[in-house]
Amino acid sequence: MSGSAHSEHAESKVRYGMVIDLDKCTGCGACSVACQQENNVSFRPDESDKLRTLSWMTLYRLENGAGYPDYRAAMLPRPCMHCDSPHHSPCTFVCPVNATIRDEHTGIVDHVAVRCIGCRYCMVACPYHARSFNWWDPKWPKSMEAMLTPEVSPRMRGVVEKCTFCHHRLNLARDRARLNGEDPDSVVYTPACAEVCPTGAITFGNLKDPNSDVAKLAKDPRAFRLLEKLHTEPKVYYLSSAQWIRRQSDNGL
Amino acid sequence: MDKALIPEGVKRCPLPVFGLWLLFLLAVIAWGIYAGLTVLIKGLNVTGLNNYFGFGLYITVDLGIIALGAGAFFSGFMYYGLSRFFPKLKELHKIINLAVIVGFCCYTGALLVLLLEIGQPLRGWFGYWHANVHSMLTEVIFCISCYAIVLVIEFVPIILENRKLDAVKPLHVFGHNLHEIMAIFAMTGTFLSFFHQGSLGGVPGVMFGRPFAYRTGFFIWPWTFFLFTLSAMACGPAFTALICRIIEKVSNKKLVDRSVYELIAKITGSLLLIYLILKTMDTLYWALDTAPGFGLKLSDFYREPYGMWLLFAELGLCGVLPVILLLTPQTRNSNGLLFLGFFLNCAGIVINRFAMTVEALAIPVMPFDQWAVYIPTWAEWAPCIAMLAYGALIVSLSYRYLPIFPREKELNP
Repeated sequence: MSGSAHSEHAESKVRYGMVIDLDKCTGCGACSVACQQENNVSFRPDESDKLRTLSWMTLYRLENGAGYPDYRAAMLPRPCMHCDSPHHSPCTFVCPVNATIRDEHTGIVDHVAVRCIGCRYCMVACPYHARSFNWWDPKWPKSMEAMLTPEVSPRMRGVVEKCTFCHHRLNLARDRARLNGEDPDSVVYTPACAEVCPTGAITFGNLKDPNSDVAKLAKDPRAFRLLEKLHTEPKVYYLSSAQWIRRQSDNGL
Repeated sequence: MDKALIPEGVKRCPLPVFGLWLLFLLAVIAWGIYAGLTVLIKGLNVTGLNNYFGFGLYITVDLGIIALGAGAFFSGFMYYGLSRFFPKLKELHKIINLAVIVGFCCYTGALLVLLLEIGQPLRGWFGYWHANVHSMLTEVIFCISCYAIVLVIEFVPIILENRKLDAVKPLHVFGHNLHEIMAIFAMTGTFLSFFHQGSLGGVPGVMFGRPFAYRTGFFIWPWTFFLFTLSAMACGPAFTALICRIIEKVSNKKLVDRSVYELIAKITGSLLLIYLILKTMDTLYWALDTAPGFGLKLSDFYREPYGMWLLFAELGLCGVLPVILLLTPQTRNSNGLLFLGFFLNCAGIVINRFAMTVEALAIPVMPFDQWAVYIPTWAEWAPCIAMLAYGALIVSLSYRYLPIFPREKELNP
């Protein structure tokens, strides 16, 4: 949990990451809704087919499998893990057109929708199902169109999309830093999900800054990452004091 | 006009019968085109694909048909390259034209289906423009399109052998000269094919986030890279032999000497045996070392409908059995068993491609996630079936109007 995986990127002093405290998460879904609204993630009148829904922040229900009164359940919000594996993330490694790339200055795995050819190889390669495909043309109710975020381009039918750690907010923060004469490379910003979480379960920041909350929490004894054994080196950490939750984070952990 | 186009000294079915057959094929192709246009206009939401099954029938059929079409490159390699050292391979001359035509149909058909598979077909050219050199799919895009061009070049001199075209002197000279340099194209095709068959294997093999598909390997190539190449070499000529047999049955003629089938049986049987040994070693290493390293055991990868039966069908029924049928002289002497061997050989490789494409995606990687099942829709079946009809159309036209079997006249006096 020490973040040693980041040693390959020593040239960069920034590695944005997230810590989600499952002990605090109530599963209210505010993070998911805020993400959907902030990033202009379109939806359809009938969203009952969950395998075709567009979701950047999906909530998974975890259960301990025990009967009453020992039954326990928890919710696990899952954004893109922004994998920091050496050389390439699982998705950036396979994209034939460089439509999904990792910014080595920030560690953010981004997706260039206008370059994406929709081959879905990245979706197939991602073990976290963090990517969704635009099966339909994006549409919003007329009354909602005026509420779309102007900094985020809606994606067209036939391309993949995913969480960008609200990359547009980073750009705005960098612009503000430049105007204020500050170093744009060391700005701190907050993605929509972390901003709205009512229990403060989501912490975001620079994992390489030892004084940041996110770096301290990532070293918490309760911290774990999803599927560590795959060596994808996620930059999203989870906190939980429940052993059964930690056990479900990885096969045979 | 029709009679004037048919090669001299051979018999073909009456034109009305052939016309009806073509009409049937064109109807199937029209159905496929309708389905394809539906996909292009309405989007991939008309397919059975979803966020878990990013790859489905289109990719499975593409991988399968490209492996089966490997008869073109491997027969060319054996005939133009290896026959200098192994004169027995010169026998392949009797079937090499058909191998090229089958390869042409497989590759061009696969490219057409690939066009439907991508969500933004108009951006298909981005693969050349924004190429990611680390992606196996980039290698596939480059090699397949280059090899498809090579196959067109290889097909042209066969077309120019048509009686009427051959009578035009410039075309005759052009075709003759192309024949003279065909060895160069055959070798170029071999080089390209070795790479793209391998990179198709690399597509699942490099996915280190997918424990079912991921393989360790040599340098930048996962073991699947080599296994896909070898398996394509093992099934490609067998598929050509099967097509040849189907033409023989339909036309009620003998088109190649039985020795050609026997030679192909020995070659493909031996290659399949080597492939099976390596594939078994790969499977054991993956099951006993790679997968446990990810915290998974073999039984975690198989659940109905993608049960362990797939593994047994691939390696046993369609692996060990065809090896026995193709390499045992007694079974090779029986036509039924020989062609059953060829068929099972091809079926096994297609099952392998299915497992590495669809089954690989059905398995939940996150422990709290669930198994998924993929059911293709008509919009996926129709273009794939139409692609087979397209292949049948090209082969039918070629057989009727081109002298593709050099021994046909002697074998059918």
